[in-house]
Amino acid sequence: MVSGMIVLEGVELRRGGRVIVGPVSLTLGAEGITMVMGPNGAGKTTLLRALHGLERLSSGQIRWAGNGNALRERQAFVFQTPVLMRRSALDSIAYPLRLRGVKRAEARERAAACAEQVGLRVNLKKEVSDLSGGEKQKMAMARALILEPALLFLDEPSANLDGRSTREIEEILNRIRAGGTRIVMSTHDIGQARRLADDVVFLHDGKLAEQGPSAAFFDAPQSSQAQAYLKGDIVL
Amino acid sequence: MNDILQGMARAARLVVTLDADLVEITALSLQVSLGAAVIASAIGLPLGAWLAINRFPARRVVIAVLNALMGLPPVVVGLIVYVLFSRSGPLGALGLLFTPTVMVIAQVIIITPIVASVSHQAIRELWADYHDLLISLKANRLQRIVTLLWDGRRALMTASLAGFGRGVGEVGAIMIVGGNIDHATRVLTTAIALETGKGAFDMALALGFVLIGLAISVNLALHFLSRTERGSRW
Ligand SMILES: Nc1ncnc2c1ncn2[C@@H]1O[C@H](COP(=O)(O)OP(=O)(O)OP(=O)(O)O)[C@@H](O)[C@H]1O
Ligand SMILES: [Mg+2]
Repeated sequence: MVSGMIVLEGVELRRGGRVIVGPVSLTLGAEGITMVMGPNGAGKTTLLRALHGLERLSSGQIRWAGNGNALRERQAFVFQTPVLMRRSALDSIAYPLRLRGVKRAEARERAAACAEQVGLRVNLKKEVSDLSGGEKQKMAMARALILEPALLFLDEPSANLDGRSTREIEEILNRIRAGGTRIVMSTHDIGQARRLADDVVFLHDGKLAEQGPSAAFFDAPQSSQAQAYLKGDIVL
Repeated sequence: MNDILQGMARAARLVVTLDADLVEITALSLQVSLGAAVIASAIGLPLGAWLAINRFPARRVVIAVLNALMGLPPVVVGLIVYVLFSRSGPLGALGLLFTPTVMVIAQVIIITPIVASVSHQAIRELWADYHDLLISLKANRLQRIVTLLWDGRRALMTASLAGFGRGVGEVGAIMIVGGNIDHATRVLTTAIALETGKGAFDMALALGFVLIGLAISVNLALHFLSRTERGSRW
């Protein structure tokens, strides 16, 4: 893995007097797909949001070293629950372009192409609130991809998707990864994690339980929590 | 029941024949309350949005005051405006008492808190929904406000309409500061009060139906105007 990285040093987030994540110290390389895993409430969403700059750190810091800075400038985030604008699907996907000053007609054209790319094949004039759960997720995906981010965060992007849509999304992720986009995502789908991940960050109860290359993690997890999680047991 | 039927027949006749007095009274009602709603919206909508997005120490106090002002009895507002603009009052020199202008001023005071409060509520909900996305996309402050106002435009229109509705149906303030002068400051509500006082129930009812019709048609007009953009949604 190339150097030039995102470095977390003793990152800790406290909310309401409780530590919800941390302290976490880890280094993310400049390439590939990092899979953040762990049971519900482990702190995956919080960690991703903190990396994206949406959460205030209580202590510690995040350093963007080397070409990490280039990543930092061009990030996008696909939220666990899609943010639904009071707009048509087309205008929602075009919105980031509109913020960057792209003219409406061109923005809509590119939005339609982007929708096609993520497999969102519905009448794009529909209000997003009228889309199905999976369609909403694809809309959010297209909205994140339209600015061609260098660093893409996805929080359980295929939680509402059927098998075929999940495969479509995974193909896209593999494609943009090959195109050089850095991806940090979370999932509960162990099969998906195996298919996509280059390396895995395993959280348990807000703490970093284990981090390592995907193959090693899935074949021989070191921590007891990860072992139990992969076996489908309840992690205690 | 008979009174109501008579009133309706009379109202129909007045409307169909475009009775000159009725037209004049209705026009002034519209002029005063629409004018007040427009001015109140120009103040109240941005104020509501601003309160929703910004955090500052006195914010809660401002919102509490706003909510309290919403319940202001129009008669009291009328009284205060009357005192301010009466000949011996601080603004007496302007000579505005018993003119449509002072009626608009009184209604602006009554309506603005409603417009601001309703729009504050609407924008706050929208901001809660949009917050993460707008931050993630690095929308600047102006872009955030424009996005929220635009996407919230239906709710904001409702806020303005609520203000207009309160204004056009209000009688306490407008009666005191306007004086219900024939051909000068008489509007639908004050005319209804007058006709009722005279015991002319059929005329009062006729005016009442016109008032209701007016409120409904303004609402419908705005509803259809706002629908052109949004397809078939309610
Ligand atoms: N703003 C907050 N205030 C208080 N507690 C919070 C806040 N945000 C998250 N938490 C808590 O922090 C913990 C981690 O939450 P987080 O959403 O990061 O979990 P997660 O790993 O994404 O879970 P899931 O798999 O269910 O999405 C949870 O126990 C949650 O209740
Ligand atoms: Mg989560």
